[in-house]
Amino acid sequence: MSDTILSIKDLKVSYGGIEAVKGISFDVKRGEIVTLIGANGAGKSSTLRSIAGLVRPSGGSITFEGEDITNADPTGIVKRGITLVPEGRRIFADLTVLENLKIGAYLRRDDIKEDLEWVYSLFPRLKERSWQAGGTLSGGEQQMLAVGRALMSRPKLIMMDEPSLGLAPIVVRGIFDIIREINQRGTTILLIEQNANMALQTANTGYVLETGRITLSGSGGELLKNEAVQAAYLGT
Amino acid sequence: MPAVTLEKKSKKGAVAAFIGVLVILAGVIVLENTLDPNRNLIVFTALKKGAVYALVAVSMNLLNGFTGLFSLGQAGFMLLGGYTYAILTIPSAEREGVYYMYDGSAINFSITESLQNLFGGGGVGGAVGLVLGVLIAIIIAGLVAALIAWLIGLPVLKLKSDYLAIATLGFAEIIRAVFQWPNLGRITNGANALNRFPTLTDFNITNADGQVVLRLSTFVVFAIAGLCIFLIVLLINSSYGRALKAIREDEIAAEAMGINLAKHKRLSFIISSFFTGVGGALFAMYVNQVQAKTFNSAMTYELLLIVVLGGMGSVSGSVVAAFLYVASSEWWLRFLDNTATFSGATSRWIFIAVIAALAVGLTALLLWKRRKNGAKKFSELWTACIVGAVVLVWDIYYAATGGMEVPFLRSGFRMVVFSVIIMVVVLFFRKGLFGDRELPYVVKSIGSFFKRIFRAGNAAAAAAKAVKAEGKEGGANE
Repeated sequence: MSDTILSIKDLKVSYGGIEAVKGISFDVKRGEIVTLIGANGAGKSSTLRSIAGLVRPSGGSITFEGEDITNADPTGIVKRGITLVPEGRRIFADLTVLENLKIGAYLRRDDIKEDLEWVYSLFPRLKERSWQAGGTLSGGEQQMLAVGRALMSRPKLIMMDEPSLGLAPIVVRGIFDIIREINQRGTTILLIEQNANMALQTANTGYVLETGRITLSGSGGELLKNEAVQAAYLGT
Repeated sequence: MPAVTLEKKSKKGAVAAFIGVLVILAGVIVLENTLDPNRNLIVFTALKKGAVYALVAVSMNLLNGFTGLFSLGQAGFMLLGGYTYAILTIPSAEREGVYYMYDGSAINFSITESLQNLFGGGGVGGAVGLVLGVLIAIIIAGLVAALIAWLIGLPVLKLKSDYLAIATLGFAEIIRAVFQWPNLGRITNGANALNRFPTLTDFNITNADGQVVLRLSTFVVFAIAGLCIFLIVLLINSSYGRALKAIREDEIAAEAMGINLAKHKRLSFIISSFFTGVGGALFAMYVNQVQAKTFNSAMTYELLLIVVLGGMGSVSGSVVAAFLYVASSEWWLRFLDNTATFSGATSRWIFIAVIAALAVGLTALLLWKRRKNGAKKFSELWTACIVGAVVLVWDIYYAATGGMEVPFLRSGFRMVVFSVIIMVVVLFFRKGLFGDRELPYVVKSIGSFFKRIFRAGNAAAAAAKAVKAEGKEGGANE
């Protein structure tokens, strides 16, 4: 049950000479919720983007289910079962909610009806608004749509880039409940967050990223109790 | 919830659209065979050119409006289509005459001619040969445009927005220069026109004496353009079309969903160019000749104007705008280019009435806009009133003095009015006539607009009543 689904080894990402990720290694086990926490510019987003194939890593390797995907293109990565919920939601504003969800399932050739029903049962609000343009939704609803859209590709691993960004605390709690629910259905989750408290409470394993390096790791509970983490990220 | 039934409705909508297109096609045949095309030349010119422009505008919209790729190479691809069609279909006997500057053509082969030889020269065989030959030539014209699109798409589609527009515009100019190059004269006829190939009028059915029995020239261009637009609509409504819209909305999100950006952009570019090439072939058939200099950047701008006026992302918007644009520029506004004198009293008063109505209408429109926006400053309104009053007084003065020449009317004034109309349209419809909606939605919202006005009128009357009643009540309390 606890086999490794995603393995990152010495991953480096640079943007025109500036190294954002300076060689990090971590594993994600199947069925887990793993979180990367860290301040702005720590390299969290760059890590996710390179796993999703949106940027090419400048060094290191990414292995998914035993297969090297370091240089795979985004299409191939989605096909293998990794989907990214991008930072800032990035829903398709002029398309309807339903169209947004259908695009999530773009690479699938099988029947998507079941998944559509599941997403609608997770987010009844989306069903109510399925004919509304995505851009007319509220921030929280847009985040639901972004998560729902990613789920439509039926991923084995779903990566979320700051799902709590710019949302009210009560909405954030709802989003994290959904994350747990998705996880219980067997989807592995890699989550990056600035809201370290929520993320660590939810996650099985956590990694702390600082200026492109992993400085701490442990279970969610351990990190919550860690003094350095408390001082830097939890504000206690 | 009414929303749930929408998917079924859109299927009904497709059926309705299909029936609508059939009705239009039938209408075109009837119109062409009841109105004498020689006397009403301008009507059919507008219809034919409108159909060609509608097709090219829709394929431009596929690229610019649906995929979000700002391309300005349309004239170049039309040129490729037009030349390909002409080169493939000029009868070999005519080649000597067409290419007289270059001592004949390098290609002495005509698709239509070979097929006509195959099926028998005259009568039904000849007709089958003609239709098949023309269709094959048109398809090849599209394929040539698509092939060139594939080639230049490889480097050019890496560019974004304005840079892509500049690169494609440059491509169109290069193509135009290449086709005028004398060294290629035996193929392209250099700067001279290619002609004597099968044109739209060749589709009119004649009897043995050469008299026209059934006119189909307008129908042919409508049918081909209609079929192509139908194919583009199918594409847009497919999951592939949805992916293109996703790319337009947000490239990063589209890529994160696994949509291969390069591949989809290239396909959209190639398909759009294919239909633009077909449009170029139809354009050649419509003007009876192909000459590189006609496919200049002004042509691309005309098409861009149509797409923007109709609404980026609206197929029916592009079609409607194409016909409106062509009809206004070629037909409805023609009279503005000719001087006219009012001699009779009746026509003089009609002229005064029209100008007065325009002045009053403009003022009312501005007033309504102001009211709706709730603005307090009335400077625009005053400007409109003053301009309207000046025009009116001046006009009455001239009309009253009698035997006057209508002011402004002279060669070139048409384009001034046309530009003003376009500016007004853009000012009042920021996202084009249709926005990104399609015709049924627009018709529906116009309906509800009038309903609202009617209801607002009723509500205002009711409110006035209520105020009166309140006033009475207030009075009673005192």
